[in-house]
Amino acid sequence: HQHSSAHTTITPIKKLLIANRGEIACRVVRTARKMGVRTVAVFSDPDKNAMHVSMADEAYNIGPAASQESYLRGDKILDVVKKSGAEAIHPGYGFLSENVEFAERCAKEGIIFVGPPANAIRDMGIKSTSKKIMSDASVPIVGGYHGEDQSDERLRQEADNIGFPVMIKAVRGGGGKGMRIAMKPQDFDAQLESARREAMKSFGDDVMLIEKFVERPRHVEVQVFGDHHDNYVYLFERDCSVQRRHQKIIEEAPAPGLTWDERKSIGEAAVRAARAVGYVGAGTVEFILDPNHNFYFMEMNTRLQVEHPVTEMITNTDLVEWQLRVASGESLPMLQDEIKLSGHSFEARIYAEDPRGDFLPGAGLLKHLSTPMPSQHIRIETGVREGDEVSVHYDPMIAKLVVWGHDRTHALNALSACLSEYNIVGLSTNVDFLMSLSTHPNFAAGDVSTDFIPDHYDELFPHKAPSHQLFCQTALALELGREQELLSAVASTLDPTTPFYSTTTPVINHTVSRILHLTCEGQEKSIQVNYLGRGKYCMNIDGNSYMVSGRLVRDNNVHHLTTSVDDTISNARVVLHDRDLHVFTQEGGWMMSVAVPKFEKELSNVSGVRGGAVAPMPGVIDKVFVSPGQTVEAGDPLLVMIAMKMEYVIKAGSGGVVEKVLFNPGESVAKNTTLVRMKDEQQ
Amino acid sequence: RISAGILRQCHSTRTIFNDSVNVVGTEPDRSSPEFKENEARMSALVEELRQRVGTVTQGGGEKAIQRHKSKGKMLVRERILELIDRSSSFLELSQMAGFQLYGKEDVPAGGIITGVGKVAGQECMIVGNDATVKGGSYYPITVKKHLRAQEVAMENNLPCIYLVDSGGANLPRQADVFPDRDHFGRIFYNQARMSSLGINQIAVVLGSCTAGGAYVPAMADESVIVRGQGTIFLGGPPLVKAATGEEISAEDLGGADLHCGTSGVTDHYAIDDEHAIHLTRRIVRTLNRNKTPPVTVQEVKEPLLDPHDLYGIVGDNLKKTYDVREVIGRIVDGSEFDEFKARYGDTLVCGFARLYGYPLGIIGNNGVLFSESALKGTHFIQLCCQRKIPLLFLQNITGFMVGREAEAGGIAKNGAKMVTAVACAKVPKFTVIIGGSYGAGNYGMCGRAYGPRYMYMWPNSRISVMGGEQAAGVLAQITREQRRREGKEWTEEEELALKTPIIKRFEAEGSPYYSSARLWDDGIIDPVDTRHVLGLSLCSALNAPIPDTEFGIFRM
Repeated sequence: HQHSSAHTTITPIKKLLIANRGEIACRVVRTARKMGVRTVAVFSDPDKNAMHVSMADEAYNIGPAASQESYLRGDKILDVVKKSGAEAIHPGYGFLSENVEFAERCAKEGIIFVGPPANAIRDMGIKSTSKKIMSDASVPIVGGYHGEDQSDERLRQEADNIGFPVMIKAVRGGGGKGMRIAMKPQDFDAQLESARREAMKSFGDDVMLIEKFVERPRHVEVQVFGDHHDNYVYLFERDCSVQRRHQKIIEEAPAPGLTWDERKSIGEAAVRAARAVGYVGAGTVEFILDPNHNFYFMEMNTRLQVEHPVTEMITNTDLVEWQLRVASGESLPMLQDEIKLSGHSFEARIYAEDPRGDFLPGAGLLKHLSTPMPSQHIRIETGVREGDEVSVHYDPMIAKLVVWGHDRTHALNALSACLSEYNIVGLSTNVDFLMSLSTHPNFAAGDVSTDFIPDHYDELFPHKAPSHQLFCQTALALELGREQELLSAVASTLDPTTPFYSTTTPVINHTVSRILHLTCEGQEKSIQVNYLGRGKYCMNIDGNSYMVSGRLVRDNNVHHLTTSVDDTISNARVVLHDRDLHVFTQEGGWMMSVAVPKFEKELSNVSGVRGGAVAPMPGVIDKVFVSPGQTVEAGDPLLVMIAMKMEYVIKAGSGGVVEKVLFNPGESVAKNTTLVRMKDEQQ
Repeated sequence: RISAGILRQCHSTRTIFNDSVNVVGTEPDRSSPEFKENEARMSALVEELRQRVGTVTQGGGEKAIQRHKSKGKMLVRERILELIDRSSSFLELSQMAGFQLYGKEDVPAGGIITGVGKVAGQECMIVGNDATVKGGSYYPITVKKHLRAQEVAMENNLPCIYLVDSGGANLPRQADVFPDRDHFGRIFYNQARMSSLGINQIAVVLGSCTAGGAYVPAMADESVIVRGQGTIFLGGPPLVKAATGEEISAEDLGGADLHCGTSGVTDHYAIDDEHAIHLTRRIVRTLNRNKTPPVTVQEVKEPLLDPHDLYGIVGDNLKKTYDVREVIGRIVDGSEFDEFKARYGDTLVCGFARLYGYPLGIIGNNGVLFSESALKGTHFIQLCCQRKIPLLFLQNITGFMVGREAEAGGIAKNGAKMVTAVACAKVPKFTVIIGGSYGAGNYGMCGRAYGPRYMYMWPNSRISVMGGEQAAGVLAQITREQRRREGKEWTEEEELALKTPIIKRFEAEGSPYYSSARLWDDGIIDPVDTRHVLGLSLCSALNAPIPDTEFGIFRM
């Protein structure tokens, strides 16, 4: 039966400040609006026109781009609370969501913090403390050392006691930072040193813990909820095993292969964990699941997780609504026996990143963005629109694609189908990678672990070889695209019926051809396009000849291309952007580059840079080591860039004299921007 | 039987009020032996045309092409395809110019490619030298083709783009190239006159421009030159050495650096052919032209009838007759034709139609011209001139009727009325010879001398003052009379010996290739392409305003 404490009064939330940005801010606004709650957004300078700002009822600027000066500035946010008259703050995830001091200040100032009490955040934030609490609450934990003696000798000895392989982890760590694995004793010292250095840099604290390293582990987490009336429930588990750079990339609920007994047992363990810290609101208890389905407590996240929608999909709940109701003092909307699991759900995180380039984060303008049509079973959680920028200052996640199916197979099919309709141009994304992941037989079989990507690397990154058919499709799209462009241009003139742009024979009495040079995946091809007239083309590639015809139909901002190559018809979506034609097929996206004319190359070389340094990715300049006039050798560090909180040292490609450093520390730069110009050796 | 009669009656009643009443042409019996034979014969003629044009498009041959390309230069046809808008048609003129004209010397396409294409949305006349043909030098036919292109540009108000890559006048033939009114000098005269009329003159120097040729860029409104390829000088290095003893390279004497940097003879500096063409397209974008067709425009409808039937309907035997309406129905929008005076002078079919949405008056032959036909034609031309509707002549004519009755009926003065009307009409005129073009019929039906904006021939057509057999017959008749007066015997063998070479000669000289080689027309076209080619021609002609027509005296 539902507990109810008489002393907790209900304070309805009429106005909610959302101390976050991006998709989660938009997500919270949607639920708030549904509940009749007014919303207040905050934004940094570059987010002035962001989606979350336009969705909220009112919005306030809280400072410059860097999150330390905006979204992490609790004082500014509290000012906005007062200015706007909001009663509550929803922190989203990241930023201030697990900031003890901020939660305390809210409590002190009588503002509802939509999250757990500060002490729960504190307890769960320190790994050694959290483990002790869990251990006391008979939640299974992984063997490890969480002691205060941080000497190298002691840590090494503890590692020997636990037995290799071991994990060396920063106590204050998270998100994979300050974490290293020592596979054998010989590796230990180097990995410890490395973990400490990173922890110090990231958290200003290099206290380490040592843990047994579970091989082929699965990452299974349980969604729990508590209220102010001592009610606790679990909303089943999620499997987030497939990760890259120790960050989740694809999540599902429920975890595949778990028996109902195991599900119940892990769920109840999670509730014990929540109860042990007097938890209120939404929380996630993370476990490691070994191949025998033994589970061990890892940590508790005291916030709404990125991947919460998969839980919502299988339990038919709105967890943000639950958060707001619990925060205002209401009891949980459902108790354990009312929560039913139905079907299966997947979430794929679409990131601006380069999967083939070690998943390096990216940024840039979303020049084209088209998504699958949202429906009851397909959710697109995003904070950006076409034309928006994925900023170097924040998380490069573009969207979360969430799908639901009657069972895992159906859900997975829906996921890969939807991914093929998620077409982005302007920056590198992981959509194709997610497609090959979602169609991988081992993934389909539920045979996952946190090592999934390295274990299946070759299959997940198949050699991409564009087919002749793809080149034909591209050539046709370019022809039809140009024709439509000209026809639509001529339609607005006084001579709209001109036969000069009709698809009949371009030159009488003989067949003319043009040569098209296309590059795709490093393959350069010359395609001879013969104009047979009346919409028919004969295309020659590498001595093969194809009869090509088709249609290009524009629907909003998407061009649907139907191509017949030797009577085989295929459909694709195409986007022309600069000189690149992006072709999205069932197999994924292809970027076809039309060759740049020689004269353009030569003209751009005149003002171009030789021997200088360019930014390998978008980021912020952190340090500059050189100054004009300085002589450098090839390989000398020129400057340091930070991209997604990771450091990249930009080195001189060749020796020479520095002519100019084009950026100062703190400035953000786009990919391929020239950073340092060298004096031309010839001059 | 009764009900069938009623049905027929109902049908005819309905067509009077039905919108489709003006649809002309019928579905042919495609399985009839006649249709099949016609189709086979016309197909063979079209195939011959495609093969001959195919050879012509190879320019000066493999070796010359390789030499040209090895310099990093594009072929003239590549240049044109690069210059015109990606999906623009190129209305190429006189592909067969120079065909078998200079004995053993082959001058494919006359060594120069001309035609109309859309460049940056504007219809432009493009004139490009083919340097693989005798170094792009000007034969008499080259001059004629260049001047014809300029004439088309001037009449139709089309900006001119000259892709210059030529060694200048062909020296051994200088007498037929240099001195006369319509020789080399006329090119620059035209440039100056067109510029004065606001018809833009753009020159792109992609190779040599020596001596007289130097005036093409020099007299252009705006010019582009390619570094390391284009040279402009009044006298080349050999001439300079001979004249002054000065030794200098072509590039230093007249290259892009000199002319863009020092002399100012050219305006735009290009790195290569592609760049030059890119710059040219940019120049066209700055012309600030806005084509305003001086006619009403309607939505385009494809013909209801298949133009491929023309092969089977027309064939190659000029003695076989067919209804010209079958041709009209396969050319015009929706096969719709509003016929004028259908029951009068029915050997001449006149009426209004639309072609690619533009209005068009059509005059087609359905047999020999009688007085009534000529009067009807004259009336119809007057209508078109008053209404400012362009005129299309579909020529298939043996001539005006002869004989006592015809002469007494005033066929001469009535034919003259039609010739007067055709000559004076200032609406754009277009002529396609779809069969025979003989005698005064050629005049009345707007032959070359009557200034059609464009004139084309079908591969089955013939053009001469009269048919070969008629000519031979006339000459044989005269000779026979002469012999008879002299009391001499004239055997059948002798008569045959007289007639055969005449027939052969007329046969050869009446061929469309003989005509096209000499630029008596603007090209031989596949009947299937007639609609498109005429559409392009009409469209380009509508760049110029249509002036009022004033007719001369009609002999009454």
